[in-house]
Amino acid sequence: MYPSIMRESQFQEHNRFFLNMGPQHPSTHGVLLVVLEMDGEYVLDPQPILGFIHRMHEKMGESRPCQGFMPNTARMDYVCALPYNHGYVSLIEKKAGIEVPKRAEYIRVITSELNRVASHLLWLGAYLLDLGAFTPILYGFDDREHILDILEDITGSRLTYCYYRFGGVTQDIDDKFVDATRVFIKRLRKRFDMYEKLVTKNIIFIKRTENIGIISRDMAIRYGITGPNLRGSGIAYDIRKNEPYSVYPEFDFKVPVGQRGDCLDRYMVRVCEMEQSLRIIEQALDMLPEGPVRSKVPKNIKLAPGDCNFAVEAARGELSYYLVGDGTSVPYRLKIRVPSYSNLSCLPELGEGILLPDLVSIMGSLDLVIPEIDR
Amino acid sequence: MKRYFSDLFVGGKSLVEGLGVTLKAFCQPIVTVQYPREEIDITPNFRGHIDLVLDPEKNTFRCIACGMCERSCPSECIRVEGKKVEGKKKKTLALFTLDFTKCSLCGTCVEVCPTQALEFSNEYNLAAFSREAFHYDILKRLEERIL
Amino acid sequence: MEILSTLPPELIRMVFAVIIIISFIFLNAIMMGYLERKIAGHVQRRPGPMEVGSHGILQLVVDGVKLVGKELLIPVNVDRTLFRLAPILSFTPVILPLLVIPFSEKLQARDLNLGLVFIVSMTSINVMAILVAGWGSNNKYSMFGAMRAVAQSIAYEIPILLSMLAVVLMTNTFSLKEIVGAQQNIWFIVLQPLAFIIYIISGVAETNRAPFDLPEAESELTAGFHTEYSGMGFSLFFLGEYTNMFTVASVATVLFLGGWHGPPLPYGEYLGFVWFFLKVYFLLFFMIMIRWTYPRVRFDQLLNFAWKYLVPFSLANILITAVVVKL
Repeated sequence: MYPSIMRESQFQEHNRFFLNMGPQHPSTHGVLLVVLEMDGEYVLDPQPILGFIHRMHEKMGESRPCQGFMPNTARMDYVCALPYNHGYVSLIEKKAGIEVPKRAEYIRVITSELNRVASHLLWLGAYLLDLGAFTPILYGFDDREHILDILEDITGSRLTYCYYRFGGVTQDIDDKFVDATRVFIKRLRKRFDMYEKLVTKNIIFIKRTENIGIISRDMAIRYGITGPNLRGSGIAYDIRKNEPYSVYPEFDFKVPVGQRGDCLDRYMVRVCEMEQSLRIIEQALDMLPEGPVRSKVPKNIKLAPGDCNFAVEAARGELSYYLVGDGTSVPYRLKIRVPSYSNLSCLPELGEGILLPDLVSIMGSLDLVIPEIDR
Repeated sequence: MKRYFSDLFVGGKSLVEGLGVTLKAFCQPIVTVQYPREEIDITPNFRGHIDLVLDPEKNTFRCIACGMCERSCPSECIRVEGKKVEGKKKKTLALFTLDFTKCSLCGTCVEVCPTQALEFSNEYNLAAFSREAFHYDILKRLEERIL
Repeated sequence: MEILSTLPPELIRMVFAVIIIISFIFLNAIMMGYLERKIAGHVQRRPGPMEVGSHGILQLVVDGVKLVGKELLIPVNVDRTLFRLAPILSFTPVILPLLVIPFSEKLQARDLNLGLVFIVSMTSINVMAILVAGWGSNNKYSMFGAMRAVAQSIAYEIPILLSMLAVVLMTNTFSLKEIVGAQQNIWFIVLQPLAFIIYIISGVAETNRAPFDLPEAESELTAGFHTEYSGMGFSLFFLGEYTNMFTVASVATVLFLGGWHGPPLPYGEYLGFVWFFLKVYFLLFFMIMIRWTYPRVRFDQLLNFAWKYLVPFSLANILITAVVVKL
């Protein structure tokens, strides 16, 4: 099945064997096959094999009018779906020159940041589940339930949101949403203390993540790693600050950066990012302007010939859409650059000669979601 | 040498604190609900499958069988048919089926309808034994509500 | 009944004791399984089993019936004798240590004057059972799990022995009855807190419970050395693990927490087991809470911890104890 991976000369050594961290595995966060060549307890060469959940999203984007692609955007990365919505909608607005009202931009930022917090909470729980602690995931899900309830009230869905439209959002937010969000922010800030005591300071957790899977700055740039993985290695590059879009320049937030580039630094970056997202949401709620939430948009948007690109900061890194139009409303080419693809590609180099539990720890800290890699 | 002892004491203290967190959570009330014996109220904005709106004045549907929803659905799961009835100039709705196995709940049909004849229902308790049970006849559902 | 009067009374007593102990082991497994799931549920802010029986009391009984009714799968290419031997080897020796534990002043099946040595030797057979299970399964994952388990068990035997030796140095005897008797005035946990902590940590590691549960590391190696077992085989491993935990907790109670000593009860010589069980289940509660709180330790860190931390500290503890006893 994968002849390019198997090399016959390895079987001379009796200690070596191939192990399949197969498509169905509790730790691979999706359908990912990693073929490990093992020498006793040490992993020699992890080779990820993708394609088990390829659902042809890009082809679907190229075979129907551009407004029909909206539900697909949420299904690529279902854990953090609103930035995907945001990227696609902003791309078409940039291409067709559509204006978005201020209130709609603020609502988009608030909901995207809420989704980012939900995604990081899920990641925290799943990472600790890989490491063997069974309770933090349920505490994370408890917090996440509140976010999902808040977002369900205005978008109507709990996971695969189809809330943004060209020119704004579908439904306006009301006082109930604002009050519920403020209550939630207060609650989550108190829960951060609990997470710190249970996880961050725990000596077993620190021993499992410190100095493991160190991504150097040079390696990160070579592989095109983005998002919290890049910031954990010391490079402070965040699309929201370096290539700002929407109304992000109006908010005051910090970009957390790690120093060593090991799993613990990536963990700390994500935890600090959650706090910064809460700050953004608070400022946005305070500065929320009045006005319409949707501008008038023609029913059939014709895409002018030429190409266009738009990048957003998803929870996992830089997500960018590339569109080539040909005059009709069906795109000629739609290319989606997902962050997890580049993040995963550093696994063979990171995983040379490490122990198997360390490989699990590294894969968890990279925050991969396989359906978005395979689209 | 110093790291040996500091590891031990700081580590031991962190372990005890972690245990305190779990003990505290052990004594707190549960946050889950024994579904299906108890249920949680669902927000009216929840997107279940679409239904025809029962207009309170006319006591019937508002749909004019124009087919905009059928044309704009990205998953091609709606079928609308109208028929000519004597005495009326325009067509009346004869058939409105939704193939819910393909619907992605995007809301395009609800938005493009010129008479706002569609809305989201609140059904979330859907389970059946065959695929055909999810091919809903929306017109029949409306007629059952009128009766 | 005439036959019964011709047999020596000691034999009748032993037979009764063994029957009671074996039935107690099954009861204990059911109770502990239920406790574990309920505690796990409440730590995670959910109710745990609630459906079968009121608040899920009959859940484990129904689970046992289900496990007994499952097909005993034997994969091809396994060593048939070893495959079937492993669960039996894992379950049988755990009954024996319970014969020498004094549940109360008059309730002890047999008081050996080398009781402690007997208990330690029986718990070491558990290692062999794991190895036989891993080898006999003809499965890479099981072999992995088995090898890790052997290294772990050998590493943690030594702190157990050394912390027990500290108590033995103080009481000059291996017999469990006399050790309990010597704690009339003061429990040994006050005199030997370090030995108690080391014993509990090593006991948890010896029974392959989290955070030391690498042999059955679920998120890495499916289920480790008992991957290939189904039905009764799996339930024997499961019973063996819980009984092992009970043995570790009861030996800790006997050595450090004063056994059956407690506020006086009517029929105190027999009903002393009430205090004994209270203490044992308190320790078991603690061991179950640990499982649901901490992440798993990596394998080399586990061995590091045993050899570099536990063994030096227990040796130092014995040294200090010996010096103090001599003076």
